[in-house]
Amino acid sequence: MSDALSLTPDLSEPALAGAERQLSVARKGQRGVIVRVSGQTGRSESIDPEELERRLLEMGFVEGAAFEVLHEGLFGRDPIAVRIDDMRVALRRREAGAVTVQFEEI
Amino acid sequence: MTDTLLDQAPSAAAASLKPARLALVGNPNSGKTALFNALTGSRQKVANYAGVTVERKEGVLTMASGRGAHILDLPGTYSLRARSPDEVVTRDAVLGRLAGEQAPDVVICVADATNLRLVLRLVLELKQVGRPFVLALNMFDIAQRQGLRIDLEKLSAEIGAPIIPTVATRKRGLEDLVAAADALSLSHAGEHENVWREPSAAEIRAAHREAQRIVKACVRPAERPDTITGKVDSVLLNPVGGLLILFALLFVMFQAVFTWAKPLMDLINLGFEHLGLLIGAVLPEGLLRSFVTEGLIAGVGSVLVFLPQILILFFFILLLEDSGYMTRAAFLMDKIMGGAGLHGRAFIPLLSSFACAIPGIMATRVIDNKHDRLTTILVAPLMTCSARIPVYTLIIAAFIPNTKVWGVLSLPGLVMFGLYAGGIVSALIVSFVIRKIFWRGTVEPFMMELPTYRWPEPRNVLLNLWTRARIFLERAGRIILPLMVLVWVLSTFPYPPEGATGPAIDYSFAGRIGHFIAPVMAPIGFNWQMTVALIPGFAAREVAVAALGTVYAVGGDDEAGTNLGALLSHQWSLATALSFLAWYVFAPQCAATLGVVKRETNGWTWPTVMFLYMTGLAYLASFVTYHVAVAMGAG
Repeated sequence: MSDALSLTPDLSEPALAGAERQLSVARKGQRGVIVRVSGQTGRSESIDPEELERRLLEMGFVEGAAFEVLHEGLFGRDPIAVRIDDMRVALRRREAGAVTVQFEEI
Repeated sequence: MTDTLLDQAPSAAAASLKPARLALVGNPNSGKTALFNALTGSRQKVANYAGVTVERKEGVLTMASGRGAHILDLPGTYSLRARSPDEVVTRDAVLGRLAGEQAPDVVICVADATNLRLVLRLVLELKQVGRPFVLALNMFDIAQRQGLRIDLEKLSAEIGAPIIPTVATRKRGLEDLVAAADALSLSHAGEHENVWREPSAAEIRAAHREAQRIVKACVRPAERPDTITGKVDSVLLNPVGGLLILFALLFVMFQAVFTWAKPLMDLINLGFEHLGLLIGAVLPEGLLRSFVTEGLIAGVGSVLVFLPQILILFFFILLLEDSGYMTRAAFLMDKIMGGAGLHGRAFIPLLSSFACAIPGIMATRVIDNKHDRLTTILVAPLMTCSARIPVYTLIIAAFIPNTKVWGVLSLPGLVMFGLYAGGIVSALIVSFVIRKIFWRGTVEPFMMELPTYRWPEPRNVLLNLWTRARIFLERAGRIILPLMVLVWVLSTFPYPPEGATGPAIDYSFAGRIGHFIAPVMAPIGFNWQMTVALIPGFAAREVAVAALGTVYAVGGDDEAGTNLGALLSHQWSLATALSFLAWYVFAPQCAATLGVVKRETNGWTWPTVMFLYMTGLAYLASFVTYHVAVAMGAG
């Protein structure tokens, strides 16, 4: 269980509007635009970055797409459910780390 | 030959043409399987593709022209760039590279009309493949209701293929779709050399932009988009409330598999018992009678008896899948299961394994990733199945005094709970170890579309349920039945010599094997009678109770339980009894489970691995239990 907990991202800092952040720190209700999809999550257990990048793109995580975080899981607020354009996609925060977003100004 | 046929009536000419080979591809949740069911009805054949565990579903139909067609339902995918064994099959089938399969004449691409953007990338890839294809815009009625406007002519020109709006659940547009496929298979329109290759990230981005442009040009967004899914999700995906609802649902499911199936299973058991007696009365006493009643009829009965549980479990699973809830359940459970290295979707197979590991192992099909699925299959039999209960209750009743712990908890109940908990904890540990040691390194990403909620179509659910039942009876039965007969042979031959005094089983192969391995089992406190009883106990766990009765030559079937218990409490030490319980938590004492693992993993490797690791664990657990108990004075 300790392993699962260590995967929880640092959510202490509130994500600022306008600034570029990783999707992995987004909280429920936040929306914005996807700026960059890289495949690099910065975590050792992730799959090959090139492969992850393609999978994210195939699920609709593509530069310019509008997103909104719809739901969060109970433990460590993980995984998250994200609306991208007109699709709903569930993913773990680990992989969401490979997506850079810009939060909407409120 | 064709020349003469062309002179005949057109339908006869069409009927004499070689049947068209069609293949269905599409995104998951596009209603592809519903379309397949609507097109073929019950005329389906299910098998495995050569060498892989992926299911091959083929159906036949007669097209309006009178020509026949074979239609293949390929696994759903977002891209031809395959990521799972299922998707490899889809890619290779479309490209005509699949061993033992010919390339389809026409590909039918199934799209959810309300979610076109996603399928367009798949369409763009299909265009590169160069097989003639037609786009089925499924769930067209929902798109219309939402006020979504699609310029079909323009879209058709953009993708260079005919487009047919369909509503699979109402059988609308099916004839047009088949006619379009028929025409394409004859005209070969759009056929060219395959130029598809695995797209790079940049190419996926480009395809995305192209899909975006096409959608903008051809689709006017919905005036009344679906809002129900969002509202339902705000309840069902609520972090706390959603989990509570899920547990309530699982509780009902578990209860149903456990209790609804019980009368049916009893009925099947009773029916086969009576059938055995009836036939036994007709056949003369001897080997043939023993084979037919104890080997064959008991064997068939032991396969059929699983059917009620399998049907009830799959009924729930199909409802959950077709409604779109399954992905939500996986979302809610992902973190909990992930801690032990399991996939979020593994909880249903594991939960069902409390009733019986066989439907549980069959239910692992809901897990896409091969490693995740294998881990789940390997740990499923550690869940305490209902067949262990007779063994547990016999031993507990005989050895555990019915006293209260701390004044409230009954000791036998506590021991029973401990046995269940032991199974669960060890399953979590084993899957954690498998993940950390054997499939170390990368963790498969958890990424899924959460589809729009829909009402499950009853006809569709029933057809899929029927398919499951057939697969189990045809494929698993073919493995389980011979194993049962083998156990019968081992326990029957050779006959005891003239004037033998011991029970017959003692002289059989099973008896000899039991005696042979008895020294190995002595360190864990098992005597030779127990070891002999374990051999027929491989047929099914509860058989061990009857086998112990046979070995100890306890008469009177009805009272065997009580008699046997009283006898055992004199014959065994407490340490031996506890060791026997520990053995039953882990030991793979079930030929049917190994048979179904063989069927699901398409080979003997994984059943062998399962047998070895579970036997090893059982031996270890019994050894520790026995010696600790002896040291504490229970020897």
